[in-house]
Amino acid sequence: MAKTPSPPAFSLEFEKPILQLEKELANLVNLQETKDVDYAAEINGLRTHLTALLKKTYQNLSAWETVQVARHPARPQTRDYIDMIVKDFDEVHGDRTYGDDKTMVTGMGRIGGHKVMVVGHHKGRDTREKIACNFGCAHPEGYRKALAKMQFAEKFGLPVVTFIDTPGAYPGIGSEERGVAEAIAVNLREMARLKTPIVCLVIGEGGSGGALGIGVGDRLAMLQYAWYSVISPEGCSGILWKGGANAADAAEALKLTSKSLKELGVIDEILEEPLGAAHRNPRAAGDSIEKYVDKTLRELKRLPLDKLVDERYEKLRKLGTDAVTA
Amino acid sequence: MATLHNAPASSWETSTTPRKNVDVPEGLWLKCPECAAMIYRKIMEEQEHTCPECRHHFRVTAQQRITCLVDPGSFEEMDANLAPSDPLKFTDKKAYTKRLADEQKKTGSKDGLRAGRAFIKGRPLMIAVMDFAFMAGSMGAVVGEKITRAVERATRENLPLMIISCSGGARMQESTLSLMQMAKTSAALARFHDAGGLFISLLSDPTYGGVTASFAMLGDVIFAEPKAMIGFAGPRVIANTIRAELPAGFQTAEFLQEKGFIDKIVPRNELRSQIARVIDYCNK
Repeated sequence: MAKTPSPPAFSLEFEKPILQLEKELANLVNLQETKDVDYAAEINGLRTHLTALLKKTYQNLSAWETVQVARHPARPQTRDYIDMIVKDFDEVHGDRTYGDDKTMVTGMGRIGGHKVMVVGHHKGRDTREKIACNFGCAHPEGYRKALAKMQFAEKFGLPVVTFIDTPGAYPGIGSEERGVAEAIAVNLREMARLKTPIVCLVIGEGGSGGALGIGVGDRLAMLQYAWYSVISPEGCSGILWKGGANAADAAEALKLTSKSLKELGVIDEILEEPLGAAHRNPRAAGDSIEKYVDKTLRELKRLPLDKLVDERYEKLRKLGTDAVTA
Repeated sequence: MATLHNAPASSWETSTTPRKNVDVPEGLWLKCPECAAMIYRKIMEEQEHTCPECRHHFRVTAQQRITCLVDPGSFEEMDANLAPSDPLKFTDKKAYTKRLADEQKKTGSKDGLRAGRAFIKGRPLMIAVMDFAFMAGSMGAVVGEKITRAVERATRENLPLMIISCSGGARMQESTLSLMQMAKTSAALARFHDAGGLFISLLSDPTYGGVTASFAMLGDVIFAEPKAMIGFAGPRVIANTIRAELPAGFQTAEFLQEKGFIDKIVPRNELRSQIARVIDYCNK
């Protein structure tokens, strides 16, 4: 008997009508298979309706809804993309300073036709993994591990591909004691001059300095429904609206969607997600990333390393200059 | 001090009612928030804005800092005309443009940093000073651009560079553009570093967020002022996250020195000679 697709257990408020349709569709398909009745016309009608509803909903997502999609529990994470698109992934640990931060995944593998060093935040999928990964909030040792592996990559001529997905660096006592700010700062400086191509991808949440700590490179791309901002909408609401209730207003004001950031010139490319976002079809999101990384690395590898690093500087140098008037 | 005389309404001659909140320094006398001594403002100012009784370091504006740090008359300001342009059209309870206009009126500056060439004990250097008085010293595109230009000039002119941090972090109203200033300034410092430049970073109270996590922590030499609060996440955010009390002295300059992230805590009255000494030792 064919397996009946089950609707996701978790639902976002604006996705409820979609989930309802998905449920009805699943029931019909199930009926058709078990009762030997022909519902083909009804099923086709529902499918068309569902596609139209998904399109309509996702075309008009507000900034705040986008943030919710980026945080969807079923959204693919760094390790999911590694499983999908990194061949022969060989994870390596070892920050050489303090301990292994499970939030930061590093290792060698192949994407498309390229041998690369992969660096990424991982949030954790089940409860146990989430706790081990601090829900994607890296400690200083995570940033130091990332840098150690990136410098290894530089030495042996491997390009670096980073997967950014974090609410922010971990705000805790140990994190401060071990210098999380220093660790991020050093990564910014070293990534700016690393003599190997660096491609950075925001796949979910781009939470401030914690995201940027592995986010300086030759190219910065974002999945369509990811967000990237200087502060979370809740944090911003808490400070500027004196309470967390205005997160939706803050999300709008912060211009944190891929579309806004492309317009502002902060990111180079929006990586299209499948209809109804990456959590509906992780493989398609993976394909989108794989294609982009493969194509981009082919471009970047053509440049002599000195030129690559000079062009990276010019790119970083321009950031925000349009926001300054003389 | 410029800011004192810019505020005639707060002078004792025009004041008619006794001030209740003595923690807000106004008038001829003020109460030290540390030791509660009543101190004469003029004496406090003459002693680099520190309490003559307990050496509490008062927070200073960029102008006050420059006046008490560099050789008299030696500061040659650059890029003072750079102003923010609100590309995000940011509005919270108040429009960003309105907030900027108010801050500009209050401080007489276009944004929260002053930069330029100066001399300290006869030694030339490039200096950039953050101004907490302007939107809590927050870093937006103007602050990032001015720091980057200062770093690039120091590289070209082979001058030692000093940045004095005093900031709540990146400026929310410019969102990701503020965030990207961390990358931009750090990239410029990478080149300065490659060119063999000497970068002295001074952390003053407070230094937080995206400022700590970029140029402030990248000094060849990192000084901090006594008891300055320095960190990445603010203490309230941390306390809320871990749901526990923070240890005594957490995130103070002394704490950071103990943890190995600061080279030296330098009282303000020793700062000039300390900087001169470092410049000499580094043959700059």
